[in-house]
Amino acid sequence: MTTKKFFSSPWRTIGYLVLLAITILWLVPFIQAILTSVRTNDDLMRRGFFSLPTEISLQSYAEAWRRGGLEYYLPNSFIITIPSLVLTLFLSSLSAYALARFRFRGNRLLLFTYIGGMLLPFQVLMLPVFRLTDALGLYDTHWGIIAFHTAFQLGFCTFLLRNYMRTVPGEILEAARIDGCSEFRIWWQIMMPLTLPAVAALATLEFTWIFNDYLWAIVLLRSDTLKPVTAGLATLQGQYVMDWTVITSGALLATVPTVLVFIFLQRYFIEGLTLGATKG
Amino acid sequence: MTREKRLSQLTPYLFLILPLIIYLIWVIGPMFYTFYLSLTNWDGVSTPDFIGLRNYQRLFKDPVFYISLKNNLKWILSFITIPVVAGLALAMALNRSIPGAKAFKASFYSPLVLSLVVCGLIWGWMYQPANGLINATLRAVGLGALARGWLSDKNLVMWAIIAVGIWRQVGYVMVLYLAGLQGVDPGLIDASKVDGCSGWLTFRHVIFPLLTPVTVIVVVISIIDSLRAFDLVSVMTRGGPYNSSSVLANFMYIQAFNNYKMGYGAAISVVLFLISLVFIFIYLWRVLQTEMEY
Repeated sequence: MTTKKFFSSPWRTIGYLVLLAITILWLVPFIQAILTSVRTNDDLMRRGFFSLPTEISLQSYAEAWRRGGLEYYLPNSFIITIPSLVLTLFLSSLSAYALARFRFRGNRLLLFTYIGGMLLPFQVLMLPVFRLTDALGLYDTHWGIIAFHTAFQLGFCTFLLRNYMRTVPGEILEAARIDGCSEFRIWWQIMMPLTLPAVAALATLEFTWIFNDYLWAIVLLRSDTLKPVTAGLATLQGQYVMDWTVITSGALLATVPTVLVFIFLQRYFIEGLTLGATKG
Repeated sequence: MTREKRLSQLTPYLFLILPLIIYLIWVIGPMFYTFYLSLTNWDGVSTPDFIGLRNYQRLFKDPVFYISLKNNLKWILSFITIPVVAGLALAMALNRSIPGAKAFKASFYSPLVLSLVVCGLIWGWMYQPANGLINATLRAVGLGALARGWLSDKNLVMWAIIAVGIWRQVGYVMVLYLAGLQGVDPGLIDASKVDGCSGWLTFRHVIFPLLTPVTVIVVVISIIDSLRAFDLVSVMTRGGPYNSSSVLANFMYIQAFNNYKMGYGAAISVVLFLISLVFIFIYLWRVLQTEMEY
């Protein structure tokens, strides 16, 4: 329908305006955060939110970055997220292949264990994982939290990749098998290239999830210099209790990586979300 | 049996062994170990001593437990109604070619990419009593009498936090329904239009019933998410004032990691687990049903 034709009906136009109003309302938290972050706290507190700022200043961004610690919190988030992401995708593609393409005793039980595990409330794992990490000497190291993320995300990733791998026609794999390909070569050279769209969707989604984790960061890490940006922001909040310009600047800086992923990989992000929930 | 055949029977296990061991050690094992810890007086440092059901006896007398339980229930009830209705309505509105549909969709699911910590901080500032946007707006339009300390009033605080959760959840539900609508045969809709059904009747009797599988999953996921609620509470109020915004996950964290009552914390998480289990089973049952269709 052309735009002109769409607005020819008054009811449709009214509906459209209502939708537009709700959408703008939805974005208000972002807008107010941006407006806050470029002011000085003094000006904001003295003259109120709706006053015109006396000056536009990026000072609070610099403050959050340097003194607020985002200059090391943000790199930490990547140091934790990237290895967890790579490891969990690699391992789950192995188990997904076994569950998707082989008949063996316990196949369905394992699948259900993986799915059940992905839905667990985190609290039920917290204390034993804390103890285990400590016993392995990994408490307060990046490896401890990477190990947990890798293991926990296996459930969701296996489930999703397994469903996707089931849609690959068996004939392709059978042909390779007859040609004498080993199973590992079939997995790596035939199945994995065909699974790439699902892996891309999954990687985008998992990046956001692991990057945004807060609970495990505060359970498994103590040193301030090791914290990812989520836990770091909570510390920053305590440091700058009343300085909302620094807090909102920090919060906005922290979202830059996931927002970039969202802007450039939006399609995959949405695909990942829907694959996960509706194929079930 | 030939050597080769035995080997090929072994193949799936070779693929499974590494991921499965990791999963068992970090996820399945800990789940059971929590049950054991809940029967001890572990403090996080010394060796746990077995004390039977004493943690549970204490828990069922603890008023904060009941406050948390009630707050989780509020969370669940809000999550299975408001975002579901709003998400479905938005999906219906945006599932056609209207100008700027893409931008509308992106606006609604953009909160999903923010961490809950960031959401909590941004909204914490909106709720700030003296200069925050909400009270400032109320005062600016002459409704100053309605201005509140949103996070310090113990009757409002839980709802104020849940509102943030809803803000983030609506886009997610919308995405799921949009995907579900892709699977609805347009022919059926046309047929009901031809039969003289109004838009509402078509929705009520044709589209909505066809979306039932999506609705079941959305409701179950919403409940599981509600039971997991932690980050927002932890960042915005830590459960205060006077535990009025405590939820089970946060209550457990505080007992275990701030008060070092890890055995007691384990007991709380067991209760949380048992409640979640009901919904995990519903989800698994749904998966089993779709599996049967293959």
